[in-house]
Amino acid sequence: MAQVTTANRIGSLRAAPGFLERIDIPRRVVFLAAASMIGIVALLLTFITWQGLQLFLKDGVSIGQVLSPTWQPDSTSSGLNFGVLPFIAGTVFVTGVALLISTPLSVGLALFLSEVAPAWARAIVQPALEIFVGIPSVVWGWLGLTILVPFLSDTFHQKIAISLPFVGEVFSMPGFLTGFSWLAGSLVLSVMILPTITSVSYDAFRAIPQELRTGSLALGTTRWQTIRHILVPAAMSGVLTAVVLGMTRAAGEALAVQMVIGNSPTLPAAITQPVTTLTSQITLDMGNTVFGEPWQDALWTMSLVLLIISVSSVVLVRLINKRRMGS
Amino acid sequence: MTVGAPTVRRGPIGPHQSLHRKASRGSILADRVATAAMWGTGVFVLLLLGAIIVHFAVAAIGIVSPSFVLDDPSDTVLGGILPILWNSIYILALTMLIAVPVGILAGIYMSEYAGDNAATNAIRFAEESISSVPSIVVGLFGLILFVSALHMGFTALGGAMALTMFNLPLMTRLAEQALRAVPQEERSASLALGATKWQTIRHVVVPLAIPGLVTAVILTAGRVFGEAAVLLFTSGTGTPAHYDFSFVNFNDPSWATTSPWSPFRPATTLSVYIWKLNSEGLGAFKNQIVDGSAAILIGLVLIFNLGARGVGRLLTRRLTAA
Repeated sequence: MAQVTTANRIGSLRAAPGFLERIDIPRRVVFLAAASMIGIVALLLTFITWQGLQLFLKDGVSIGQVLSPTWQPDSTSSGLNFGVLPFIAGTVFVTGVALLISTPLSVGLALFLSEVAPAWARAIVQPALEIFVGIPSVVWGWLGLTILVPFLSDTFHQKIAISLPFVGEVFSMPGFLTGFSWLAGSLVLSVMILPTITSVSYDAFRAIPQELRTGSLALGTTRWQTIRHILVPAAMSGVLTAVVLGMTRAAGEALAVQMVIGNSPTLPAAITQPVTTLTSQITLDMGNTVFGEPWQDALWTMSLVLLIISVSSVVLVRLINKRRMGS
Repeated sequence: MTVGAPTVRRGPIGPHQSLHRKASRGSILADRVATAAMWGTGVFVLLLLGAIIVHFAVAAIGIVSPSFVLDDPSDTVLGGILPILWNSIYILALTMLIAVPVGILAGIYMSEYAGDNAATNAIRFAEESISSVPSIVVGLFGLILFVSALHMGFTALGGAMALTMFNLPLMTRLAEQALRAVPQEERSASLALGATKWQTIRHVVVPLAIPGLVTAVILTAGRVFGEAAVLLFTSGTGTPAHYDFSFVNFNDPSWATTSPWSPFRPATTLSVYIWKLNSEGLGAFKNQIVDGSAAILIGLVLIFNLGARGVGRLLTRRLTAA
């Protein structure tokens, strides 16, 4: 910083700036480029919100109906009902299970990269993760469809049940009939969000000062004790940020999920059964509906729900990080 | 988080307070298990990636050939994907044409000018928001804005602009990082010689950041190439049967909607094509075409990623040796 001050002082020895220098066109141009992102967000929020509210404003559908579990958008069927609850529940449940699978794996991988791996192993795994990020979502979906879905239906076709002696059956669940299922969607998503959670929590672990590690190890703890009792608590806000970002990515992923989830617009019943999500229903129906009809307006409402989820996650990440700065 | 000064123990240390408490057998076992588990996650990722690459390499045998890349799609034989591949490259080029200059300029602002104020905060918030908005919602935004409000219909240009919006935050962030990596001394030296701030940026900072900027461009391009959800509702899903690449006379009224060089025509890209074939394709060769297309996409992802590293390293060596 001191050098800049010196440079500025020398700069002021120059002749008084001319007109062109005073209005500083380059500064305005680069500012405009950066500020264009504010314009994009403002436009996006306005358009999606406006379209998303049409279902209530123009079609007069009540909020109670939208939050009901029955999805009957086709005007040929008796009694229209635009309940989007199955989609919201599907998104929440599929994302939730994906996070349950992916979080331990990703945090473990982040710890491996930052605490355990020798330099050569890091030099292999990190580029591999970058390639993971680059694999297009349709390719993940296609892999899920051609490998995971047949595997699930072939291997776990029968009813899945746990029986205890004397007590009898304590748990039972229908098998995978087709393989298209909640679990298939969650598994595909858990692999897709793995690089996101890993890289953000890796940064959090790397940011911990080295003294904390040496101090703990000097007390005679094992590496795992240091990780569990010192590093994970110290990096907690970063790991939480990583999980929120992974959640956002999972909730917003459309094509890969749509290809393996079975798309059944009912409330999720069992992890082996087909369900649907906000994104997959939008993907499927948007092309088959007419602009302005209530069916399509309901899809816009669903995309508004997605937008609210993603913007609130940005706010949530900011809150998590602000609390860290404050403490 | 600060580490307090070490507390100095006074008085004798009892046998139960030895300085080096030996870790118990249980905790050593836990340490071993945890270490093995962490190694396991690393091995898992490598095996999974290896399996995917091998899977597509095997699947590509007998499908991906020069004719697959250079032929038109067909209903009766395997055919090729030339028009679709062309659309992918065309939309990629169009997107980068807008996203690269805007992203680099925005990166210059964020790295060189942005102060700690409300405007910077708002730009950061916008950057993070766009990054977190689902791609399908960005596609829907493109559908209202370009396809319906501006009456453009499904066009390559609309798709490219929607993709630009989606990837601008990534391009900006990577450009900002590349520019920030330039040592402060370089700026100070230039300013001390009497150069203006803009002269310093143009002739000192940007040239020094070129390797990082090139890596940024390649990484962004890689992501643009695989994106499908943004394009589904902006550049359309129709399969072009044949492109006449000699159709360059743009005075012809049908040029805009039919020439492969025109940005005002619908353009299905490779990723969108895979999705479309899977959801509605009935052709006898559907699975082979999807396998072949996916293999090509994976191959390009590998090339983009390794290319970004290689080119970045090469440029650094060239520029620093000069």
